[in-house]
Amino acid sequence: MAVNYKDLSDQELLYGAKMCQGCGAAVAVRLALKILGEKTCAAYPACCFAATTSVYPQSALFVNNAVTAFPALASTASGMAVAAEALGWDEDVTILAIGGDGGTVDIGIQALSGAAERNDNILYLCYDNEAYMNTGVQRSGSTPYGASTTTTPAGPCSIGEKNTFRKNLFDIITAHRVPYAATASVSYPRDLMEKIARAKDVRGCRVIHVSAPCPTGWGFDPAKTIEIGRMAVECGLWYLAEYENDQIKLNYVPKVLKPVGEYIRSQKRFKHLKDEEVARISEIRDEEWERLMKRYAE
Amino acid sequence: MSRKAFLSANEAAAHGVRLSRPDVVSAYPITPQTTLVEKIADFLADGEADYRYMMVESEHSAMASALGASMMGARTFTASSSQGLLYMCEMLSYVSGARHPVVMVDANRSTATPWNIYGDQRDAFSMRDSGWIMLFVESGQEALDTVIQAYRIAEDPEIMTPVMVNLDGFTLTHTYDMVEIPDQETVDRYLPAFRTDNKMSLSAPKTLCQTVGPDFHTEGRYLQQAVFEKAKQVIAGADAEYGRIIGRSYGGMTEEYRCGDAETALVAAGSVAGTARVVVDELRRQGKKVGLIKLRSYRPFPKEYFAGLRDRFAALGVIDRSISFGFEGTIYSEVKACMYGGTKTALGNFIVGLGGRDIPKTQIAQMYDKLARMAAGEPEKEIQFLGMRWE
Repeated sequence: MAVNYKDLSDQELLYGAKMCQGCGAAVAVRLALKILGEKTCAAYPACCFAATTSVYPQSALFVNNAVTAFPALASTASGMAVAAEALGWDEDVTILAIGGDGGTVDIGIQALSGAAERNDNILYLCYDNEAYMNTGVQRSGSTPYGASTTTTPAGPCSIGEKNTFRKNLFDIITAHRVPYAATASVSYPRDLMEKIARAKDVRGCRVIHVSAPCPTGWGFDPAKTIEIGRMAVECGLWYLAEYENDQIKLNYVPKVLKPVGEYIRSQKRFKHLKDEEVARISEIRDEEWERLMKRYAE
Repeated sequence: MSRKAFLSANEAAAHGVRLSRPDVVSAYPITPQTTLVEKIADFLADGEADYRYMMVESEHSAMASALGASMMGARTFTASSSQGLLYMCEMLSYVSGARHPVVMVDANRSTATPWNIYGDQRDAFSMRDSGWIMLFVESGQEALDTVIQAYRIAEDPEIMTPVMVNLDGFTLTHTYDMVEIPDQETVDRYLPAFRTDNKMSLSAPKTLCQTVGPDFHTEGRYLQQAVFEKAKQVIAGADAEYGRIIGRSYGGMTEEYRCGDAETALVAAGSVAGTARVVVDELRRQGKKVGLIKLRSYRPFPKEYFAGLRDRFAALGVIDRSISFGFEGTIYSEVKACMYGGTKTALGNFIVGLGGRDIPKTQIAQMYDKLARMAAGEPEKEIQFLGMRWE
């Protein structure tokens, strides 16, 4: 689904929010709403997005929206979608679920799995900032190896997060054989918007997992959000993919993956890592790419 | 035309749901609620209903999807029990705080541990402060009728608060009785279509379930308390109107049985009220002046009614199928609190029927004996477990 920047609406449906400067999540949702437009009913759980957009008597969202409980994002959205059908709402309306990584791969995974299995008509957008940022940077099931968080603090006896592999939401969701799934990054806005546009035209459970760098939690200059997100893709610690009709497509395969060192050294959460630990991250990256290429490359 | 059928209370409640014409039903099975959600599926399979039925993967999701559906303007139903109710607990306060008039049935069952699938009322009472209106029924007929009344109460524009209809596990849910099923046309006259502004709308987008900080939080809670006060009249009115249109009513929040000249009385909620009625009749035949007060609404609690009982009986007992450890029986606490300011009535609390233990007529007769002793000034423990294997 081609998206031309010059055709994009000037209308902003998310503004005046009190996110941290350089918030990747804000970019992800803003771009999604550029494509989805006013005919959107959104839900989001207790998370950064809720805390920064919608506290009475203010709201920074200009589409229908509601807060729900942390484990209940997908199930709330499922109820909305089923009711929209039962009540004969405009078929063009998008039921948009917006959740962070913790709310998706940890506490929200059961509800999301249920929605995917039932193929409820929702578009689920996970903004992944790789930890529980709203509550103060605690580790989640999406925190990468070696990252220092407030619950995996680096120290003489700790390298930070010690689990090697993050939960792979794309694998989990495609195993449910949903009609559409994708990974994306706020640093590749056209790719992200094209995926939103494609998802908008599909009925059923659609899931887009978006890398959304977090200057506050990761420790980098807020001006560099897009740059950091791009480095993640270029060094292969994040990848851009799509799933449809039981086929997986990698949207961008760098000819040569850049060394992970530059990306790792750009963020405070990794600053304690010794060279051999950075080398370990490089090995993990290589293992993951080998697996990806075996499974997904055409 | 209404018709009669031999139904369990779960099936009767399912007919109440069908006749209320919900748009969306969302549920997850748990004993002893299962036969209710099965019946709801049967109605769809047989073409007798046209709601959307979501068979979700947990109770938490059942209540969350009910919330989502209600936010779109749908009339919504769910049902659960025991551990399932505890699991959906988080969502109960979301639904009530955001003022979504979801109706649910709780098939009352004990909570683990010890794991036990049988009836008592500690599951419901552990949700006391969830912000739901909580009604208890005595029979299958009352289950059917109360589900329909529950929508009328919940969706009242001045109430807009969810309602939990409580049926005793097994004693009601799996016990068959003759039930009159009203016809759809008559129910439609009683229960109009659901209309609300508290929903999403493409022409008037809004934020629902919104976060509210310290600046306005107290005001929101104040309004909820005012709604529950108002609900006392609405519950009574909905029951009376049901009587006018459909022909049965249950006394609103409480019902007195043979209390007129009674010297002692028992307070009971749920199916045990039915057993107690029979015992009252038997004791009356022996010339004993005993009565029964059926508690139908636990939240809102009929405070004014019980305050008015202060010096009416020589002794008043409360039957509880749950206890708040370290204090006393759950309903007893409330009744006693209503007596604040002094009473000459002797008060006693009987803890029975836990984890499905039968409450035989002899046990209820024993309670009336104990009340007679209390009335005569003889010593009795205030809080007593009856029918124990050992003490």
